[in-house]
Amino acid sequence: MPETFNEMIDGGQVRPAYQSLERWQNEMPADLRQMKQSEAEALFRRVGITFAVYGEGGDPERLIPFDMFPRVFTAGEWRKLERGIRQRAAALNAFLADVYDQREIIRAGKIPEHLVTHNEAFERAVVGMRPPRNVWSHIVGVDLVRTGPDQFYVLEDNCRTPSGVSYMLQNREIMMRMFPHLFVENRIAPVDGYADALRHTLASVAPKKCDGDPTVVILTPGQFNSAYYEHSFLADLMGVELVEGQDLFVEGDFCWMRTTEGPKKVDVIYRRIDDAFLDPLCFRPDSMLGVPGLMNVYRSGGVSICSAPGAGVADDKAIYTFVPDMIRFYLGEAPILENVPTWQCAKPDECKYVLEHLSELVVKEVHGSGGYGMLVGPKADQSQIEAFRHKITEKPWNYIAQPTLALSACPTFVEEGVAPRHVDLRPYCLVGERIELVPGGLTRVALNEGSLVVNSSQGGGVKDTWVLAE
Amino acid sequence: MLSRTASHLYWMARYIERAETTARLLQMGARNALLPDIGGGFRNDWEAVLQALGQLEAFREKYGDPVQRNVETFLFFDASNPASVMSCFSAARENGRVVRTALTSQVWDAINTTFQEMQALHRMERSKLIVNELADWTLRSGALIRGAIESTQLRNDGFRFMGLGHSIERGDNTARLLDVKYYVLLPSLSYVGSALDQSQWATLLRSMHAHRAFVWTYKGEITAAKIAHLLILNRQFPRSLLSATQATVDHLDALARGYGITPKATSLARGHLGELAEAHVEDIFDEGLHQFLLRFMGRNGEIAQAVQSSYLVGVPE
Amino acid sequence: MKLSVSHVTRYVFETPVTRLIQSHRLTPSRCANQRVISWEVNMLKAVRGAAFRDGAGDWTETVSVDGPLDAFEIEVTGEIETEDFAGVLRDHREKVPPSAYLTPTARTWPSQPLRELAEDTLAPLDGRPAIERAHALSNAVADAVEYVPGETESLTTAAEALEGGKGVCQDQTHVLMAVAQMSGVPARYVTGYLFSAMPDHISEASHAWAELYVDDLGWVGFDPSNRVCPDDRYIRLGSGYDSQDAAPIRGVVSGGAGERLDVSVKVRDIAASEQQQQ
Repeated sequence: MPETFNEMIDGGQVRPAYQSLERWQNEMPADLRQMKQSEAEALFRRVGITFAVYGEGGDPERLIPFDMFPRVFTAGEWRKLERGIRQRAAALNAFLADVYDQREIIRAGKIPEHLVTHNEAFERAVVGMRPPRNVWSHIVGVDLVRTGPDQFYVLEDNCRTPSGVSYMLQNREIMMRMFPHLFVENRIAPVDGYADALRHTLASVAPKKCDGDPTVVILTPGQFNSAYYEHSFLADLMGVELVEGQDLFVEGDFCWMRTTEGPKKVDVIYRRIDDAFLDPLCFRPDSMLGVPGLMNVYRSGGVSICSAPGAGVADDKAIYTFVPDMIRFYLGEAPILENVPTWQCAKPDECKYVLEHLSELVVKEVHGSGGYGMLVGPKADQSQIEAFRHKITEKPWNYIAQPTLALSACPTFVEEGVAPRHVDLRPYCLVGERIELVPGGLTRVALNEGSLVVNSSQGGGVKDTWVLAE
Repeated sequence: MLSRTASHLYWMARYIERAETTARLLQMGARNALLPDIGGGFRNDWEAVLQALGQLEAFREKYGDPVQRNVETFLFFDASNPASVMSCFSAARENGRVVRTALTSQVWDAINTTFQEMQALHRMERSKLIVNELADWTLRSGALIRGAIESTQLRNDGFRFMGLGHSIERGDNTARLLDVKYYVLLPSLSYVGSALDQSQWATLLRSMHAHRAFVWTYKGEITAAKIAHLLILNRQFPRSLLSATQATVDHLDALARGYGITPKATSLARGHLGELAEAHVEDIFDEGLHQFLLRFMGRNGEIAQAVQSSYLVGVPE
Repeated sequence: MKLSVSHVTRYVFETPVTRLIQSHRLTPSRCANQRVISWEVNMLKAVRGAAFRDGAGDWTETVSVDGPLDAFEIEVTGEIETEDFAGVLRDHREKVPPSAYLTPTARTWPSQPLRELAEDTLAPLDGRPAIERAHALSNAVADAVEYVPGETESLTTAAEALEGGKGVCQDQTHVLMAVAQMSGVPARYVTGYLFSAMPDHISEASHAWAELYVDDLGWVGFDPSNRVCPDDRYIRLGSGYDSQDAAPIRGVVSGGAGERLDVSVKVRDIAASEQQQQ
């Protein structure tokens, strides 16, 4: 495997961005560190920032481990990332607007038609629709990894309802509370404008039929959802109602919310439930989480749904390969951020290569998420590799493969002190009237030594992510 | 405010109040059981307690005869008994958890801590738990939560729905506690005015933490008329039916003012308050205490029903 | 042909429901094959709204009623003039690309016997025109699944219907869609009405057939139940991925219990009945 880039150290020297943190770490006695760590944990528990993992037994309200060592980006590094992410978010939205309308990118031969239309995430129900401002994915989460000082790769795009932003906000809150002096010593760009920006983004895509201040709500599957905390946290920060399907109903041309003052019209729904459950009259008839008739109101312009149903067709792992082409096609620009080279097992010659190099590659399910159903070749034993060989041969179209990247590592508190651990990054890009990005994101860290899997369900933790001001 | 949010706040408050009632009944039963058996009719005072909670059938099915130890378990820890302290506090916390953002952190802390302590008690060996202490703990926890609500919650509609939950449930509960006397006395009216009768009334007062209030307000010996006056008609006593109904009306008035709409629940409650305010103890005994209490609970239930349909389903009638 | 339609759907609830909401696709498609003379959908007490023409060209309308409600009736009446284009759907404006109809649903999910049926039918026709292959598939389905009411249920899948060898128009349509999609031919479920030559004959309910996308011709209807392509006896309402997705009425009720459904459909030849009266 190629050598790991350590974000704190370059050529044996501590990089300037990390200098004050290095002092801080060296000066912190072990017992104080212990104390601070438990203080952080208590704070997380107190605010209730837990996530649920089902079917694994144990405490259903688990904490995601929080690592106190922040990850730092310089202003220069961030500028490039920011431009690249905005560009990607714009292109993904242009793609969605196109594939549900004229399909010019397909006509131009840039993307094979079947990858788009013969795709479970493609919604016939929204073909021909033009949502307000023609925005389809209002919150784009772009997962990035770094392999060198200037080398970033996009791992995947999340165009539906990327989660985790509450950790970005809470990690910062807790760091500021516990180590205020670090924020005096370093000029760290604030992230707490996110809630206002999100509210503004959502309000800016209210339907034409809405006059006056739009009523925005967050639609949650309910308290048993693993991200329920985040839903209620965001609702609270934005000052909007957190609703369940049962709180809404459709009558006439609009969707209404049941309130103590009677029905109140809802204009924008930031939904945190999947397309299939949105409306039993349009999708799964057995859905109890959705609102019967909602899609009809949406399609006739009575309410906005964020992200738009059908937006998932843009973040499919098979479509991912074509995002650089989208950027060139719609924006006429060169892609700023690179994709990880990807082999499509659906293509026989690429599949052959993958099967011959399983021990070197990372193999993922096209529709999988959360680090499940994936093979990390260099870390796998022979039986795991054989199991995947079988799976890929059975359903080649269901898999893609990528080289095992040497993910960068950041200093992380571990039992013995501080040691480098692999990290990734998910910034959250808002698309409405404007494209906005708060300077920061969620850094996930693989806490186990050598591990490349940063998912919280599999031993991953989180870190505060700093962007230094100029 | 979202109807479902209002509904969770309302029910959270009702369950907290209900947990306290169960604890009070437990205290009352334990104390009554120390008094000599009056014989006949109900075989013991525990039956009266279970009857007042409407849980006698359910208890019999599960445990058979009402033995104190079983009744204690049933009333305190039994998750299958919806009126047990454990069920009530769990339900209160569950309701609160769903609407966390509508609660101050102090209120949530108080509820959550109560729940954690409850689970710790549940894990303890039963023989180490004393029924009076359990009941005291319950009342203390309830007071802590109510205090947190009173002192930290914004006086908005959410506060009013919690208030309504408390006052409606409290009215119902005082009526039920008072009614236990009816069940205990059922076998024979000849005990009226006897020493036993006296001590039962005293127990009732104690369980409502009203013994001192009674002594200071009414002086002299305990009579049914005085007790009825205290628990039904005394505006100074916070758990009296009149006080509870007044609180219900106050909360409903505040809501009606805030929303600019006066729904059915408000007029219903005002009517009920008007009647209650004009009642006299003699009329109540003429009607029969039990009949009166049944009627009160019916009216109180109607108001609860109207609150439900006016505010908690989101589409006014 | 001039046809008149009277379609009454009546729900009766043993315990009244508190609310009912439905999505209707009860208005004829706009295409050269048919021209509406008059068309009405009538209901009592219902609030109508959220109406639009979707990407597949279907007119959709939302209807809700607040209860308590112990019965609900939808009455569709209209007159329409139809023309025979040998099954070809003409001048039907739609935006959904045909390739979107290659994705199977739970009801049209592939199975080995379905695959064999498709392969056995098409193997001898390699290189033949697409329309000929489509006809062959439709006929093969009609042979493999006999029209027998009462043998299948509304949730029966294509695979199950083929295995049982019996079914109604819904099942035959699903099987045809499945074998078409497996052969790379986009296929969709179409609902509508069918005029039967017997005067005053009451058909079982609304009819259903499949449309297959044939290069050069576009969408072409195939009705395996009657072994024909839809002609001027057919009235087209809407289409979808399967019987559930294309259903002319999709609804949800709150509360209540014991729903009973009565449907009556009458399609008459206006010219013939006028002659009779004279």
